[in-house]
Amino acid sequence: MQRYIFREELQQTPAPQPVGFGTNMVGPILIAFGTEAQKRRFLPRIRNIDDWWCQGFSEPGAGSDLASLKTRAVREGEHYVVNGQKTWTTYAQHADWIFCLVRTDPEAKQQEGISFLLIDMRTPGITVRPIITIDGGHEVNEVFFDDVRVPVENLVGEENRGWDCAKLLLGHERTGAARVGVSKERLRRLKYVASQVEEGGRRLIDSPRIREKIAGIEVELKALEMTVLRVLAASKRAGESRNADPASSILKLRGSEIAQSITELMMEVAGPYALPALADPEMDGTNEPGLMEDWARTIAPVYFNWRKLSIFGGTNEIQRQIMSKAFMGL
Amino acid sequence: MNFDLSEEQRLLQESLRRLLADRYGFTQRNAAMAAPEGWSRKIWRSYAELGLLGLPFEEADGGFGGGPVEAMLVAEALGEALTLEPWFTTVVLGGGFLRHGASEAQRRALVPQIAAGEALVAFAQMETQSRYSLSDVATEARRDGDGWVLEGRKRVVLHGDTADWVVVTARTSGARSDRAGIGVFLVPASAPGLLRQGYATVDGQRAAEVTLSGVRVGPDSVLGDPAEGLPLVERVVDEAIAALAAEAVGCMSALHALTLEYLKTRHQFGRAIGQFQVLQHRASDMMVALEQARSMAMYATMMLDEPTPERRSAMSAVKVQIGRSAKLIGQHAVQMHGGIGIATEYAAGHYFKRLAAIDTLFGNVDHHLETLAAEVSAVA
Repeated sequence: MQRYIFREELQQTPAPQPVGFGTNMVGPILIAFGTEAQKRRFLPRIRNIDDWWCQGFSEPGAGSDLASLKTRAVREGEHYVVNGQKTWTTYAQHADWIFCLVRTDPEAKQQEGISFLLIDMRTPGITVRPIITIDGGHEVNEVFFDDVRVPVENLVGEENRGWDCAKLLLGHERTGAARVGVSKERLRRLKYVASQVEEGGRRLIDSPRIREKIAGIEVELKALEMTVLRVLAASKRAGESRNADPASSILKLRGSEIAQSITELMMEVAGPYALPALADPEMDGTNEPGLMEDWARTIAPVYFNWRKLSIFGGTNEIQRQIMSKAFMGL
Repeated sequence: MNFDLSEEQRLLQESLRRLLADRYGFTQRNAAMAAPEGWSRKIWRSYAELGLLGLPFEEADGGFGGGPVEAMLVAEALGEALTLEPWFTTVVLGGGFLRHGASEAQRRALVPQIAAGEALVAFAQMETQSRYSLSDVATEARRDGDGWVLEGRKRVVLHGDTADWVVVTARTSGARSDRAGIGVFLVPASAPGLLRQGYATVDGQRAAEVTLSGVRVGPDSVLGDPAEGLPLVERVVDEAIAALAAEAVGCMSALHALTLEYLKTRHQFGRAIGQFQVLQHRASDMMVALEQARSMAMYATMMLDEPTPERRSAMSAVKVQIGRSAKLIGQHAVQMHGGIGIATEYAAGHYFKRLAAIDTLFGNVDHHLETLAAEVSAVA
């Protein structure tokens, strides 16, 4: 609950949030499955954000079907030798470490031959290639492994039991996937933009049509916030469970859909003023007055970029599949 | 009703599609986008040779006498290849003002140049406060001897940075939102006092902010009646909506095809993902949306010569359907592609962006729905 409140406040300000790969993802994995030595080595640096982490899960041939991943790790003495490729790796260009799912037993059934390895990004044989997204941003990368030698002490949990870590991790990011704080902030931003744009001498925020649409999203978001709070209250009673929970899928589905609907309404409100693709003067290090209003700058790029919300972390199709199979017996 | 194309129309469509297939692949398009002007002068000359640039003009003026159907076929093919050249701004918008508002002398002077690919035209209409209102014009045109002085700022002028001529709406009399008192002026882009600041748009096209500071133009720069220019603007905007609808249909059909190809070739869980029912249904929804949009693009060509009220309502309906179909097809296409759908190295995301941009032009879905909603009447 405290973590939730902390994150909500950061998101609503909006203030920079700690990159989640450390505290929200690999941290809890190490607490659950790591050795004492691993905990002592990595956890303080995660807490302190001394290390930046990235996640090596998806591969070109293993997206929704994650268990079909092919990156190989072969034991040679006190090392694993890793060969293969990961993709859509967020912030690999900044990361000090990557936590990876690798195949250690190619003969076993798909999910049973996978291990969870921590790899230092400075190890020889790792190449990072940027993927530029249609908003012009550089968040994601391809990461190539060419005979990368990883000490066996960097194996988390048992060999060939890495899928347990993956499952815990994918189910763990529950309340964060709802992005309630982010959506509250975007709604406030939307109202600001709608107060700036006018047509026929009337601000768009005064148009009943726009107000209804905003109110509709606010209702959806309030319901989601209450659902998040129910999940938090329940997990407090039950303790942190290692089992999958339908809540994680519900929160991911609604959280992504609501966030995307706000970006769509933002596009609708900004209309043609969202068209110019202008460089960000702050990024360029100039203080020249912009050609366009500041609020117009990010609306289209965010609309384009946030299509990812229903794709990453298990697509919304996969979430619905999980719910129907695991929780409704269909 | 006859929806078949004539032999000449099929020939036009085929030869343009062949040219684009040969010369306008995704890689060539990206090279054109990266060039300083953001599009290709070389392919522009090929358009001229093919007759695309003089297409809608009367033969007496130096054109080829094409009608709305020919314009639709060209726009659709240009949309399929996601082209970047200023055909829409020069031939549809600029050409529209010349055909419907220019004197014989003005047409004789400019149409042959446009047809030959030597003159580009842009339309400077939108202002900071106007948004989609065509009658909200704060830019002023003051009488100056027998000519005019223009003063004001125009926003997001499509292809305004490379245009040789800019069609400018300006208020000659009345209050800011009056329907009367709007003049339309054909201004050389090189006129002293006309400042252009060009930039790329989010869909990879080009536009400019245009500032007019004491720009002097002669009496021969007026298009139509300087006191009653709005009907001319509305007429040209309706032709623009019809052309955008056709371009969007081209984008949508190409994007749908690209998505089907991906569904058939991408394998997960041991089979092509197109074998999953949820994706099959979604592909079917995309096809429904595509065909509904195609029907409305055709409807637009039929309604362009109808009386003004019917024509205007029809174009609102067209733009609503196009916008809805484009959103559904664009978003589904990206979702079914997954990450690659928003990677800049792959075509799908670029179609998605162009479709999103088209919705923002000349009234989005919400704007035109509001227009249509005002016309809904009670039934006893």
